[in-house]
Amino acid sequence: MAEAAAIVAHQFDDPEQQRDSVSLGMWLFLIQEIMFFGGLFLGYTVYRYKFPEAFRIGSNQLDLLLGGVNTVVLIVSSLTMALAVHAAQLGKKKAIVWWLIATIVLGSVFLGIKGVEYGHKFDHHLFPGPHFVFEGPHARQVQLFFSFYFVMTGMHALHMVIGIGILAVLVWMAAIGRFHSAYYAPVEMTGLYWHFVDIVWIFLFPLLYLLGLDR
Amino acid sequence: MASESITEQALPKQHYLNADYGIWSWLLTTDHKRIALLYLMTVTVFFLLGGAFAVMVRLELLTPAGDLVQAETYNKMFTMHGVMMIFFFLIPAIPAVLGNFLIPIMVGARDLAFPRINLLSWYVFIVGGLFAFGAMLAGGVDTGWTFYTPYSSTYANTYVIATALGAFFTGFSSILTGLNFIVTIHKMRAPGLTWFRLPLFVWAHYATSVIQILGTPVIAITIILLAVERLFRIGIFDPALGGDPILFQHLFWFYSHPAVYIMILPSMGVISELITCFARKKIFGYHFIAFSSVAIALLGFLVWGHHMFVSGQSVFAGMIFSVLSMLVAIPSAVKVFNWTATLYKGSISYQAPMLYAMGFIGLFTIGGLTGLFLATLATDVHLHDTYFVVAHFHYIMVGGTIMGYLGGLHFWWPKISGRLYPDTWARFSALVIFVGFNLTFFPQFVLGYLGMPRRYHAYPEEFQVLNVMSSAGASILGIGYLIPLVYLMWSLRYGTPAGPNPWGAKGLEWQTTSPPPTFNFDETPEVTEEAYEYQKDYEKRYGKEQGVG
Amino acid sequence: MSDHATHRPTDASGHHVVPVSLYLAIFGGLMALTAVTIGAAKIDLGPLNVVVALLIAGLKATLVILYFMHVRYSKPQVWIFVGAGFLWLAILLTLTISDYLSRGW
Repeated sequence: MAEAAAIVAHQFDDPEQQRDSVSLGMWLFLIQEIMFFGGLFLGYTVYRYKFPEAFRIGSNQLDLLLGGVNTVVLIVSSLTMALAVHAAQLGKKKAIVWWLIATIVLGSVFLGIKGVEYGHKFDHHLFPGPHFVFEGPHARQVQLFFSFYFVMTGMHALHMVIGIGILAVLVWMAAIGRFHSAYYAPVEMTGLYWHFVDIVWIFLFPLLYLLGLDR
Repeated sequence: MASESITEQALPKQHYLNADYGIWSWLLTTDHKRIALLYLMTVTVFFLLGGAFAVMVRLELLTPAGDLVQAETYNKMFTMHGVMMIFFFLIPAIPAVLGNFLIPIMVGARDLAFPRINLLSWYVFIVGGLFAFGAMLAGGVDTGWTFYTPYSSTYANTYVIATALGAFFTGFSSILTGLNFIVTIHKMRAPGLTWFRLPLFVWAHYATSVIQILGTPVIAITIILLAVERLFRIGIFDPALGGDPILFQHLFWFYSHPAVYIMILPSMGVISELITCFARKKIFGYHFIAFSSVAIALLGFLVWGHHMFVSGQSVFAGMIFSVLSMLVAIPSAVKVFNWTATLYKGSISYQAPMLYAMGFIGLFTIGGLTGLFLATLATDVHLHDTYFVVAHFHYIMVGGTIMGYLGGLHFWWPKISGRLYPDTWARFSALVIFVGFNLTFFPQFVLGYLGMPRRYHAYPEEFQVLNVMSSAGASILGIGYLIPLVYLMWSLRYGTPAGPNPWGAKGLEWQTTSPPPTFNFDETPEVTEEAYEYQKDYEKRYGKEQGVG
Repeated sequence: MSDHATHRPTDASGHHVVPVSLYLAIFGGLMALTAVTIGAAKIDLGPLNVVVALLIAGLKATLVILYFMHVRYSKPQVWIFVGAGFLWLAILLTLTISDYLSRGW
């Protein structure tokens, strides 16, 4: 039994139409995000095809351990996000709050580790631009690899920051009891967004970190 | 039964324009109709700005020597003309003005699915406009609206990033608009309004919205990469550093080609509405027109390489793109055939909207056919970067999109404002525009064929006569555009109240008052008949079946 | 709360509730696949390395989409939209790469 009726905005006829519309809207947004990141994946693909050796060398400079840990962290955060939606479906207010907080913490850990990685890269003059220095072969193309590394992971990190911001708002909304079994669309939609950001990393990790390990 | 009644109509007591007063009731509105008017004012400003740059271009081209402005300044003129017209007028105009206003009403809804996102889309558009306007005031950009690298990424010392960010934000605005339309059309249709009873205007905007969602993000990321390259000198597109300028062109045109379908599809949707109403006849081949809109949206994503035939792209890829470009012409032709067949044995009247619609059909056909010359690899080698290309796309975008925009604006003006405009002046300006347009752009086909390159501020003597004709035409065209500004504004105060259905047209928007109430209908309508059932009125009046095409 | 007709658990708005055990199973699968992809990267498979890596990533993404994002329990309309997104990405990648691959022809 629902505690209270879902709040239905004036343009919608009933809660079902509202939820369906919001869901379709979020999926459309994610589809355009696929194309947004897709442009970066295209650029990466072209240059990896053109400069395979330079990309292997560049990939070898990345920290596999930190990248692997981050992958695990993000997958766990997807689990906690799914559990937050689950809790919302069952109307368990405290559980929603704690699972959302867990997701925020894990997302922040991810960003922290990313920050550490970026710091290492700056220290070793591997940030593209006038201060880039690389002592090995194919330096120009290795810089190209790092351009893509920073833009792709940076854009991903930006999406995570935005996601964490939205999650923080959701924590507050959940804490004041806005969500229950008949109305939890914001949690569910944020979950879709968060899972999407996870999926981007699922592709980024092998493409950036797992080259050049076999030699 | 036609509703051009001779009894006087009155404005409804309460409607969306007088529902609330004050600047904040407009700046914080979530009413799709008010947002449409906000967009109307904004895109008109950008149209005038873009037109001003066109005036500079045509003035310079009156004489063969580059004597009005320096070459670098001329580059800025045509760049700003293109940027303003494409990103800030053509792409938003029909969807954000007419689409925003009409789509909820046409599907029988109280508003779009996400009214606040609709308002956000306008503010995002304004942010983009401010970036571009600011860049313009600060000195402009000279890369061409296509921002080709490595000039734009490495060598240009003009305001590339600011202008490109302007395009970025308007792009995001269009994604939000498209998202809103798709959800509204899928989820908020009134009872009885099946997909195949929808007005073709709605189908056209659905197809447009699909393009906006799938294509715009690619130009967004491209602009970001361009900005990153300019700021950090990383060489993604710079051959000196290992980058590939053609990659930029692939990314750029992956969006910018479908963008031209964003510009034309809504206009085609307008034309479908106008033709059927002013021929008093059910549109011929409804399903074909509906499906052709979707086909154009989908096929339009497969042809972008035809902008790159001479760029260094492989010949093999060029061949694929050439064949696919031929295919995309087919659904457009299907539409032209169906509109023409609708006219056959119709009862045609020549009010201003119909003049614009008929002008569209002729001019779009010329524009479309000349596109085939450009889609053919062998001829494109000679025509690329000449005035032939310029003429081709102006026939589509001005002869097509703008004619549709003006036709639609005139058709739905009574609904939007509650008032009629003076039709004699409207017909006169339609004719002035038609004449001015052809005088401006037809000579450019000849110039291109004769070899005059585009984006040049000086040219050989033998091209002067055609250039003078073109500039003369442009001045006539400009006057043609200014006249509606005057009488449409005049009508807001002095126009005769229109009543709910001055044209006797079919469609849910004509079943509500002019102007409509804030939530569009007093009661959610229920749809019981197919679209464009004009033949029923004919049969009732004449007692026999209306001639089919 | 159960929906009697299908015996699948639903919430108050009638939407399917995925059991926690299934979420945990998917999570386990994702972890395992992560280990596999790292392990496979250390073996020299020549050009197959990238194929294997992408297949594993695709499998992980599929699990997230179907179960964490509930697409498995959603209407066909959602499947079409998701599919369209990936199809369009494929168009972007394929047609552009065809240019680079055929430059030397």
